[in-house]
Amino acid sequence: MTNESVQDDDGVNEQISSFPDDTGHFGVYGGRFVSEILMQALEELNNEYERLRHDEAFQAELKSDMSHYVGRASPLYFAQRLTDMAGGAKIYLKREDLNHTGAHKINNCIGQALLAKYMGKPRIIAETGAGQHGVASATVAARFGLTCQVYMGSEDIERQSLNVYRMKLLGADVVPVTSGSRTLKDALSEAMRDWVTNVDDTHYIIGTVAGPHPYPKLVRDFQSVIGRETKAQFADIHGGLPDALVACVGGGSNAMGIFYPFLEDASVRLVGVEAAGMGLETGEHAAPLTAGNVGVLHGNRTYLMQDADGQIIDTHSVSAGLDYPGVGPEHAWLKDIKRAEYVAVTDEQALEAFRSLNLLEGILPALESAHAVAYGIELAKSMDREKAIVINLSGRGDKDIPTMAKIDGITIT
Amino acid sequence: MSRLTIKVEANQTAGRKSLVAYIVAGDPVKDLTVKLMHAMVDAGVDIIELGFPFSDPEAEGPVIQLAHERALKHGTSLRDVLLMVEEFRQGDTDTPVILMGYLNPIELMGYEAFCVFASSTGVDGTIIVNLPPEESGVFSSHLENHDIDSVYLLAPTTTDKRAAYVTAQSRGFVYYVSLKGTTGASNLDVTDVGEKLSRFREISSLPVMVGFGIKDAATAAEVAQISDGVVVGSAIVNLIAKHENELGSVIPDVTELLGGIRKSLDKI
Repeated sequence: MTNESVQDDDGVNEQISSFPDDTGHFGVYGGRFVSEILMQALEELNNEYERLRHDEAFQAELKSDMSHYVGRASPLYFAQRLTDMAGGAKIYLKREDLNHTGAHKINNCIGQALLAKYMGKPRIIAETGAGQHGVASATVAARFGLTCQVYMGSEDIERQSLNVYRMKLLGADVVPVTSGSRTLKDALSEAMRDWVTNVDDTHYIIGTVAGPHPYPKLVRDFQSVIGRETKAQFADIHGGLPDALVACVGGGSNAMGIFYPFLEDASVRLVGVEAAGMGLETGEHAAPLTAGNVGVLHGNRTYLMQDADGQIIDTHSVSAGLDYPGVGPEHAWLKDIKRAEYVAVTDEQALEAFRSLNLLEGILPALESAHAVAYGIELAKSMDREKAIVINLSGRGDKDIPTMAKIDGITIT
Repeated sequence: MSRLTIKVEANQTAGRKSLVAYIVAGDPVKDLTVKLMHAMVDAGVDIIELGFPFSDPEAEGPVIQLAHERALKHGTSLRDVLLMVEEFRQGDTDTPVILMGYLNPIELMGYEAFCVFASSTGVDGTIIVNLPPEESGVFSSHLENHDIDSVYLLAPTTTDKRAAYVTAQSRGFVYYVSLKGTTGASNLDVTDVGEKLSRFREISSLPVMVGFGIKDAATAAEVAQISDGVVVGSAIVNLIAKHENELGSVIPDVTELLGGIRKSLDKI
């Protein structure tokens, strides 16, 4: 992994990509808002990570697993029929759905499992919403011979039963979380509680670019392989830089992964797509950047979905992976400094894009990724034909077939 | 000198071990909280840690998580909690009250607005579980301007270097979290706690209260031998949960528990 976060020469004009600062802040966002018990573990993790990111053996092992195990590089695919349908800018798809385990989540998990191995921690824990990060964590645990416990909201367990069984096949122990709203946020809290208790022998693989420092930085770095490949592939296939990148944002790891290597390329529009659920006006959504406000949750300061008393509120999205009331702090900062823009699409729009991509390109996207596709089509429509955009197709939709079938009134046995 | 420091120092001078009691405000109903606070003082409690509920109490075990959920079920807000302190102060101007919880509700109210309000109601200190001193610069200067003490935590994982830093920021006392784990955990190792505390004693002269794993008079007495006082939380909250549907029994049972612990502390 090459280091994209180039240090500034004069120390005055800091590059956007040089953040977070040493204390883990992106402007006012990020930081390390955790109980004292975890402070030392986070400091150690940060130190180990800073050491290993420059360690040749570590990087060689990471690179080898990324190509031989994950199957990287993932293709950058020109979606001709989708482009024709939209009738505007050329649409390219970054095919993270073709990675081993079917989503971008594995990029981060390979990196963090290697960290755990180098730190001598035999046990990993993870939280999961849609089950993609849980599957990726269980997979790398099997790959590296680590024991693995995955925390999952009991409501999510119900709507993602395929992934639950898959994790069990991989030897992981899936722990249902019945506190709070029984979804991803509660799974994250429960995983933090486990880590507090077992910090000596356990590494916590946070699945997104949120949580206390150094997680937002570390996860972004492992995911930024997406953007680095995209940049090289686009230059190769099309020439130059794309005019815009579009990615869905729940916690925001696939978006940060594709955005990061382009942060200094001011001509490239960066568009994050949140889940508007039933519609922003209904309050039934999961779009903190678009319709939330600033607060502190799960170790970092960021935009949150909260009520007037500062209580975190239930979110809604048809896709479990976007159903989270917070978002990575770097996104919060990129929004404020206007380097990236954030929009939201409804369940209905995402479902329509899901169907379109199946019919036009023979690609079954994850419902999460379908949000990016939905907005990408609209964006392409509004742009000239000589322009080009890249949509990050962060995962495949096999896991969503039961949800879709239910919506279509079909019973699968 | 703050009400908290006065109390802690007076106890030290008198050779009295401090008994600190934690409940979640509004658990299970708003009406009970102030009455329970007075009853706890009558049973021998020196300092009250009043939890203000949060939807995502990350560092709590199941017992206290459920207390937060019960309090939120009927919408106990930070504002409500501050008004409870105001009501408590009408009958008690001596017992320090420390608000304990998570940063977000305070962040949303605004640091300055919170400090003005809290100080006017008679709040003496704060323990914000997810706010280590590294992140609390702005907030602690507001607290200081309003004479509210910020109490910080030490943990078994805290290094000597950090302990020096944390204790230098902490006012009144420092709270030692005796276990790696969430609130309500068991398996407290007193020898272990003792070793850690004696190291902290070399670093700072700030009084140390020990919490997590103090279940009854016996564990309280053991831990108080080696500290300036004990914090009892989950054991009280458990009783509240048990009597959720017969609230009349809460105060007698909590009084009995705390009275027993007081007695055992006074024998030291």
